[in-house]
Amino acid sequence: MTVAEGTLPLAPEHRRAEAPARTRRAPAQPAAAQAGAQPVSATPPAGAAVVARSAGSWHTRTFRWPAVRAFLLSTVAYPAVGIAVLLALWWLGGWAIANNDDVATFAGFAPAPAFAALGELVASGDVWGTIYPSLYRIGMGLLWAFVIGVPVGVAIGLSSALREVTHVPFQFLRMISPLAWMPIAVLAFATWDGAIVFLITVAAVWPVLFSTAQGVRRIDPLWFKVARNLGADGWQMLRRVIMPAIGQDIFAGLRLAVGVAWIVLVPAEYLGVTSGLGYAINDARDTLEYDTLAAIVVVIGIIGFLLDGLCVSLIKRFSWRQAD
Amino acid sequence: MSANVSVDYITHTFKGQPAPTLKDIALTIHPGEQVALIGRSGCGKSTLLHMLAGLLMPSEGCVHIRGHMVTRPSAKWNMMFQKPSLYPWMTVRRNAELGLLFAGHRDPARIDSLLELVGLADKAEANVQSLSGGQQQRVALARSLATSPELLLLDEPFSALDAFTRAALQDEVSRIARQAGLTLVIVTHDIDEAVAMADRVLIMAANPGRIAGEMAVELPAPRERASAEYSRAREQLMTTFDGLVGDGRSTAPQPAVATEEAQREAA
Ligand SMILES: Nc1ncnc2c1ncn2[C@@H]1O[C@H](COP(=O)(O)OP(=O)(O)OP(=O)(O)O)[C@@H](O)[C@H]1O
Ligand SMILES: [Mg+2]
Repeated sequence: MTVAEGTLPLAPEHRRAEAPARTRRAPAQPAAAQAGAQPVSATPPAGAAVVARSAGSWHTRTFRWPAVRAFLLSTVAYPAVGIAVLLALWWLGGWAIANNDDVATFAGFAPAPAFAALGELVASGDVWGTIYPSLYRIGMGLLWAFVIGVPVGVAIGLSSALREVTHVPFQFLRMISPLAWMPIAVLAFATWDGAIVFLITVAAVWPVLFSTAQGVRRIDPLWFKVARNLGADGWQMLRRVIMPAIGQDIFAGLRLAVGVAWIVLVPAEYLGVTSGLGYAINDARDTLEYDTLAAIVVVIGIIGFLLDGLCVSLIKRFSWRQAD
Repeated sequence: MSANVSVDYITHTFKGQPAPTLKDIALTIHPGEQVALIGRSGCGKSTLLHMLAGLLMPSEGCVHIRGHMVTRPSAKWNMMFQKPSLYPWMTVRRNAELGLLFAGHRDPARIDSLLELVGLADKAEANVQSLSGGQQQRVALARSLATSPELLLLDEPFSALDAFTRAALQDEVSRIARQAGLTLVIVTHDIDEAVAMADRVLIMAANPGRIAGEMAVELPAPRERASAEYSRAREQLMTTFDGLVGDGRSTAPQPAVATEEAQREAA
């Protein structure tokens, strides 16, 4: 086939400047977010340039007060208020405990002793030795959940027969509390670590699996048709169409999985192991070091928050919906 | 080399349907011919086109393209849909080269010239979601042309576009097809589109879906929409269509097959 010179007359959409809408929206967004959303418009069409100039240079637009205020509010002020309220409630609780003679021995739970203990844990480096085994178990559990959940999820998303066959067993298994597997896990695995990883996997696999399956079912059927039409084989379909289409669903499932895995981790570490955050909590309780216990709880919260943030950035990374 | 399509008595009944959707469809399309397929909504145009593309197997009969029986989709006979259905996680360029990627031989220079051809050279690295509907459909066109198909099947590809963009794309696709010697089958609801693009218009009737008749459009390309010949051809097609499948008001049984000559006599 010979490719001729293009002589397509200018269609109306060429002339329709996309810039005005974007310019109007600009003050509400920080410049960085905009640049990220429009990586390709380095050379705007002629119409856009005129509009942009009339609306002022990038600098004057970026530093307009409403934009700065919105940015500061959402990234600094609102989170700060939330943290302050949480700390205030904690402090109030600690104050109430300290002033009640019946439970005054638990005064270590208050923020001040807890943060002092946290500082000590970090300074001595003990905290890393506590965090590392827990992160390892979480990581392994999530890895297995991923390795099992994604392929099975894709399969039941693609095959309605498989979906119907697995429906009852999966819903049945899903409803069993992961901790109810504990005795079986202890019997089945030679090491405590193995048992804990198993419990986390059992908890984390379902959100990954169901979210993946749902993502597959939501794929536009025309995407399959077009790819088949262009000559895609099964592997190419999986790699070029299905996986990119459901990336964000997989990581949304993983985000839920991190939540439940993190919840299961601590009680699972009450089992025979002598390391990890759950063990540290149990140990602190037995030795009556309530300030350390509270410090470990803070550590658990912070790591959970960071893991969640990691998942959110993965979801963003694999999201192709422009509205996101 | 272009395609010679022959459809041999296709009958198709969808699973769970009591009556066939298509019945005894037989037709031949010559190499390089541009054929329009018109008919009322639901008469089976898309179903027939899917069979030509190998995306759907008929319950009886078969389709041959250049002597080969169509049993599965191939990049040699490519279908374009009403929705552009681009992949939003790929750039414009990536979308356009997808067929070549599947075939394992990428050809950046070819993609460049195709994007040039559809007027999107400056958007090659753009996110497809930032394009207008007309631009997206042009990316889909470039994607269809990239694998050098012999046969291009178009299912109402321009119906979601505004009138100016539609007319421009009709002329452009028609021109590209003629230049490349492509065989074109275009399904449309639009009499104008049929007259603007086709050498021959097939008219389908419903219940069961069948070819009720056909009309040749003997106008030189490019077609001047404002010309008297164009208006005449348009009117003639309207009359033929009404004669074959009714004007929607009459419930009288329609003739199963009518030739162009018979229509001229009736008119
Ligand atoms: N997968 C399917 N299962 C059952 N029936 C179907 C299926 N696809 C289409 N049909 C039926 O077959 C008939 C023809 O459908 P088809 O999509 O080919 O019509 P069409 O001529 O393309 O209509 P339109 O102009 O509205 O696109 C319709 O009555 C439709 O309901
Ligand atoms: Mg249709």
